[in-house]
Amino acid sequence: MDGRPDQAGARLALREEEGGRVLAALGWLDMAATARLWPEALRAGRGGGIAVLDLSGLESLDSAGAVMLLTAAPEAEPRGASEPVAAVLARMRRALAAAPAPVKPRTPFHPITAIGRATVGVLRDARSAVAFIGETAVTALRAMARPRLLRLSEVLRHLDEVGTRAFPLTLLLGFLIGVILAYQSSIPLRRFGAEVFVPNLVGISLVRELGPLLAGVVLAGRTGSAFAAELGTMTVNEEVDALRIMGVDATAMLVLPRLLAATLVMPVLALLMNLSGIAGMTLIMATLGYPSAAVESQLQQWLTLTDLMGGLFKAACFGLVIAGIGCRAGLSAGRGPRAVGDAATAAVVGGIVAIVVMDGIFAVLFFRLGI
Amino acid sequence: MAEEPVIRAEGLAVAFNGNTVFRDVTFEVRRGEIFVILGGSGCGKSTLLKALIGLVPLAAGRAFLLGEELAAARDDATRRALLRRIGVMWQSGALFGSMTLAENVELPLEEHTALPRPAREALARAKLGLVGLGDAAARLPAEISGGMAKRAGIARAMALDPPLLFLDEPGAGLDPITSAGLDRLIVDIARDTGTTFVVVTHELQSILAIGDRCIMLDKQARGMIAEGDPRRLREESTHPTVRAFFRREAA
Ligand SMILES: Nc1ncnc2c1ncn2[C@@H]1O[C@H](COP(=O)(O)OP(=O)(O)OP(=O)(O)O)[C@@H](O)[C@H]1O
Ligand SMILES: [Mg+2]
Repeated sequence: MDGRPDQAGARLALREEEGGRVLAALGWLDMAATARLWPEALRAGRGGGIAVLDLSGLESLDSAGAVMLLTAAPEAEPRGASEPVAAVLARMRRALAAAPAPVKPRTPFHPITAIGRATVGVLRDARSAVAFIGETAVTALRAMARPRLLRLSEVLRHLDEVGTRAFPLTLLLGFLIGVILAYQSSIPLRRFGAEVFVPNLVGISLVRELGPLLAGVVLAGRTGSAFAAELGTMTVNEEVDALRIMGVDATAMLVLPRLLAATLVMPVLALLMNLSGIAGMTLIMATLGYPSAAVESQLQQWLTLTDLMGGLFKAACFGLVIAGIGCRAGLSAGRGPRAVGDAATAAVVGGIVAIVVMDGIFAVLFFRLGI
Repeated sequence: MAEEPVIRAEGLAVAFNGNTVFRDVTFEVRRGEIFVILGGSGCGKSTLLKALIGLVPLAAGRAFLLGEELAAARDDATRRALLRRIGVMWQSGALFGSMTLAENVELPLEEHTALPRPAREALARAKLGLVGLGDAAARLPAEISGGMAKRAGIARAMALDPPLLFLDEPGAGLDPITSAGLDRLIVDIARDTGTTFVVVTHELQSILAIGDRCIMLDKQARGMIAEGDPRRLREESTHPTVRAFFRREAA
């Protein structure tokens, strides 16, 4: 195998004899030679009925060469092979016999079947979502009666991961959003000499809408996906099954701390987003010639505590839902490594869609309630 | 002139975060030999394997494979050429989860040879047939059992007919009949093609059936405690751990 001369010297020769056609293989038939000779061998075999494989000129044979000879001339009788060559050929013959060529079941595409299958999939998914919500709610109630079920150390770990570590990103994002909003809205407002109202506009949109929403996007991207990947890996590795069999309440141990942490942290993130956004806006106002006292009095006049509280309440709801979607995506992961990636994607997409939809619902609700 | 050994390990030492796993591991493996690495769980057998193929940095010593030092390979082409002649079966199987077993076996063929697609498919099927997985070629790794994953890992390691094969616990998790079949396959391939095997295993029967020579690592000693023919070690060794190992006694 190593350093043998003339590795490319293998060749095939087809000849007619009385007993039938004879395929002779000569030289060192290794993988490189097989790659070169494969089409020729198959052409020779296609003529049909090679009766004899003449291997007397074959110096060495590897598994690829053997597979080629056996594919070209499955019925032929090998002749003149040296002992190692015969051994390789016999072994690969047994191997091929043990591995029948796959018959691919051709399932024709039926649109009706596909629609039906998709519908059943959606319904099944909806049912499992409802089951997840129910199970989590029941476990949460049980944990209220028996607080020991909830692991405080886990909650703290998640509070740190979900919250503290997201602070820099949130502050940066909020500040930039504040700068952008203030700057962009000052341009049209200046035409009416109404630049002084920039703080109202930016303040209200941040506190009521953008703060919670952007914090939710940060949470979905950073945390929802992480939850899904973490729990998805545990599911794929059968760790979740192991927990259940040990009698440990998997929902209480894995889901509740994450839900609680995300729900507690989201108002904080939204508040940070608001504050840094207002700071950014104040900076822009200063460059436009409005002192921070003017900004402050505008905000005081127009922003109410209800605006803030409504926004923070929304944020808490977003946190709960994003974490729930992330956990469920992880726990319902399929098998194999791709399942983990799919779960993470589902968590982020599901989380963002859910908060946008919820935000719409909240808008209607707050309007009706006059908040 | 004596033939250059396939593996030459000179005073290998590996440490993780300052904790020495083993040191002064020195041995040679000759062509066509089935070389067994023995030792208790956690003594560093898998680590030694990874150190030999350059996946774990050596704290000391040098390792030569097929006459070349992987760590000193200057350019990528040299590394690739060397790696092409090495097959590894990982302890965990390490199959690619998004590919079927057949595609797993085809991957090295696709990467390193010019074989046309039907040739690769036929060869991959044959390799799976060798390890008794002929009927599972179209399955995904997530759909097979642990023992099947081991065997698929062996089929993939053997895809290119490498002259040097590392197998990390090939028999673990297999029933005795399949395990014996695998042993016979290893012996046959070594005899017919001069392939060198480095096998990590705990199975006494397997060690005695296939091992030409072995070394034994030990966790307490942090290194080798025995080297030689396993059958002779069983009869003649005076080292308490070696004796206990071969007699299946608790230490
Ligand atoms: N990446 C790593 N970082 C730190 N320590 C490690 C690492 N890999 C292995 N170890 C340690 O090195 C030691 C040897 O591990 P190794 O996997 O080689 O054992 P082994 O002999 O193969 O055991 P087994 O028979 O159970 O497979 C163990 O104590 C392990 O904790
Ligand atoms: Mg190991």
